Amino acid sequence: MVYKKRYDGRDFNETRPIEAKAGVIEKADGSAYFRIGGTVAYAAVYGPRQLHPSHLQDPRTGILRCKYNMLPFSGRGERIRPAPNRRSKEISMITEKALIPLLNLEDYPNAVVDVFIELPETNAGSRCAGICAASIALADAGLIMKDMVAAVALGKVDDKIVVDLDYNEEAYEDGDVADIPIAMIPSTGEITLLQMDGKITKNEFREVLKTSKKTIQKIVDIQREALLERYKVKK
Amino acid sequence: MTKEEKKESSELLAENKSIVVPGQVIAKGMNYLPTEGTYRKEKDIIASRMGILNINGKIIKTIPLKGRYMPKKNDLIIGKVRDIAMAGWSIDISNCAYRGFIRLEDGSSSYIERGEDLKRYFDIGEYLATKVTNVSGQNLIDLTMKGPNLKKLKAGRIIKINPHKVPRIIGKKGSMISLIKRKTNCEILIGQNGIVWVYSKDSKYNEVIAIESIKKVAEESNSGGLTEKIEKFLDKNIKK
Amino acid sequence: MNNEMKNHLIKSLNEDIRIDKRKKSEWRDVEIETGIIKTAEGSARVKFGNSEVIAGIKLSVGEPYPDSPEDGALMVNTELLPLSDPEFETGPPRIDAIENARVIDRGIRESGAIDTKKLCIKKGEKVWIVSVDIAPINNDGNLIDIGGLAAIAALKDTKFPKLDKDNNVDYDEISKKKLEIKETPIPVTVLKIGNNFIVDPKKDEEEFMDARLTVTFIKKGKMCAMQKGGDNTLTEEDVIKMIDLAEEKYLELSKKL
Repeated sequence: MVYKKRYDGRDFNETRPIEAKAGVIEKADGSAYFRIGGTVAYAAVYGPRQLHPSHLQDPRTGILRCKYNMLPFSGRGERIRPAPNRRSKEISMITEKALIPLLNLEDYPNAVVDVFIELPETNAGSRCAGICAASIALADAGLIMKDMVAAVALGKVDDKIVVDLDYNEEAYEDGDVADIPIAMIPSTGEITLLQMDGKITKNEFREVLKTSKKTIQKIVDIQREALLERYKVKK
Repeated sequence: MTKEEKKESSELLAENKSIVVPGQVIAKGMNYLPTEGTYRKEKDIIASRMGILNINGKIIKTIPLKGRYMPKKNDLIIGKVRDIAMAGWSIDISNCAYRGFIRLEDGSSSYIERGEDLKRYFDIGEYLATKVTNVSGQNLIDLTMKGPNLKKLKAGRIIKINPHKVPRIIGKKGSMISLIKRKTNCEILIGQNGIVWVYSKDSKYNEVIAIESIKKVAEESNSGGLTEKIEKFLDKNIKK
Repeated sequence: MNNEMKNHLIKSLNEDIRIDKRKKSEWRDVEIETGIIKTAEGSARVKFGNSEVIAGIKLSVGEPYPDSPEDGALMVNTELLPLSDPEFETGPPRIDAIENARVIDRGIRESGAIDTKKLCIKKGEKVWIVSVDIAPINNDGNLIDIGGLAAIAALKDTKFPKLDKDNNVDYDEISKKKLEIKETPIPVTVLKIGNNFIVDPKKDEEEFMDARLTVTFIKKGKMCAMQKGGDNTLTEEDVIKMIDLAEEKYLELSKKL
């Protein structure tokens, strides 16, 4: 069996519909809402601020601390018991690694920039949505950032290279599937997050990388619009 | 192309006073000089934060729209007493990643003896209008209460605004804040860290109007004719 | 506690002036949206001014408690997300989160809004478990009331997922059967500051509270839960006045559902 048409009818190089907004959480220093298909992420940035406990403080540099969390009603099946689990801890860590190269943390010795990512609804691609939301929120907070970063899950389903796998595609059983979350700085093509799950050949993987830059650029354009929208003069 | 035209291979890709986003290419070529909030990458000048683009001749910078307060020497700030030690008071600066400290000798223009009950001067939870005397390399902040206008803030309301809007709220030569003070008959103190204290002896209602107009200035800081707008707003809303 | 500032605030409240020009008994603008989360069996987003909360309902199948073999279960959980407030930290639930959830839980449970017998699938073996999860997105005060309103709005939006022949849940198939909600409990919190009673406090106002009383009404004249909070006392007269004020606000809020 060959994967001829995507379950939701999209083109193979098309992402699901994306909606992005900046400044949605009034108490935060910077914040964002990011939706891609059925996956929604809120991100809030607090900082630079005092870091507790003080033994974590680094006098040479500020630190970035990310926390990724799926809300109990955000999964497709059973309720998710609230509490950090191994998966969310790993995702929190790779999110930090995806964002650190953008920031100038040495400007804030002993301080912390906290990024909280909460997902009320998910349908695959949640860590990528979290990174996209976080990038908008960091820019919204006015932090020094050399560029925006966006992330998306690329990969392959059966014999097709696809962009933005949804849950049904991840679960495809009639052929090989590879799920490849990538975070990239579009202007330089530098990769800040790369993971892979599944089966793929080296050539297929090269194809995936080729597709990534264009898709990431489209997402960054949307992130930019969301930030500029905040300041459009309202009549 | 003339010699001059060949030299001018620089070009501007964004308008002066437009809003730019991190990573946005503002200019190409070697003729411009990147300063605050921008950086050069090979031939491009790129914005390194969300801000308002400011092009002055060849100098390019971005003016931040938001962000935490970074303390500077001689700034007047409004802080809250967080803790009392033998040697002085530890101060929470709000909107700031760093704490301040007022030493015993800087607490008052009169002599404070070691061992005195420091609570009598400033107690935990009280707000102080205080001045930054020194910022160390590690962003430790020394504060003083010695000086005109430096005092404990007693009755009144405290509000928090974006520290980057403070210059706009003060206005050219203090024009905006004087307008608000005058019309509402309130005492108002603005900390560079974005904490504002407002007090009216006779009209609690006008106090709230003063606060609303300060918030309005912060929100609409980018629009023109703001002073007239605020004056109209005040005339319409204050209670005589 | 900064007493001078508090006294200044009290003087203002004595004149019925709050920082956002509201009167003491005035509520902020209310926004309610339901059915906003596809992965939840029921959901709602509620805003009081800038205070924003999302509630989501998950239905699952489990064993009943041994002493009530025909009854389904209800569970309410609130997580004070650090995303919503610079003062919330990560870690195990603080006492505020626990109090918030338990007060809202009692309101729903004691109101009889859900007939737990109707949640029975197979006596002694399988019952429906209704999980209500409340998550603040922006904390600008009054989280109990807004959480409680979001919870009941989400419950009224809830539909049962289909069960397969072994009575296992198929979350991909939603049935048309709605969860029956027989009452509309809404908690209303009244704060006492000095001799003033205020409703729907912003976060800044909560800081100066002397005491508070949360009253959950199910209809005019009928209450099903109450909780006093705060370090100071309430007189009998205070309590009667606060209950009356809470009832007035309950009637306004229930019209918005």
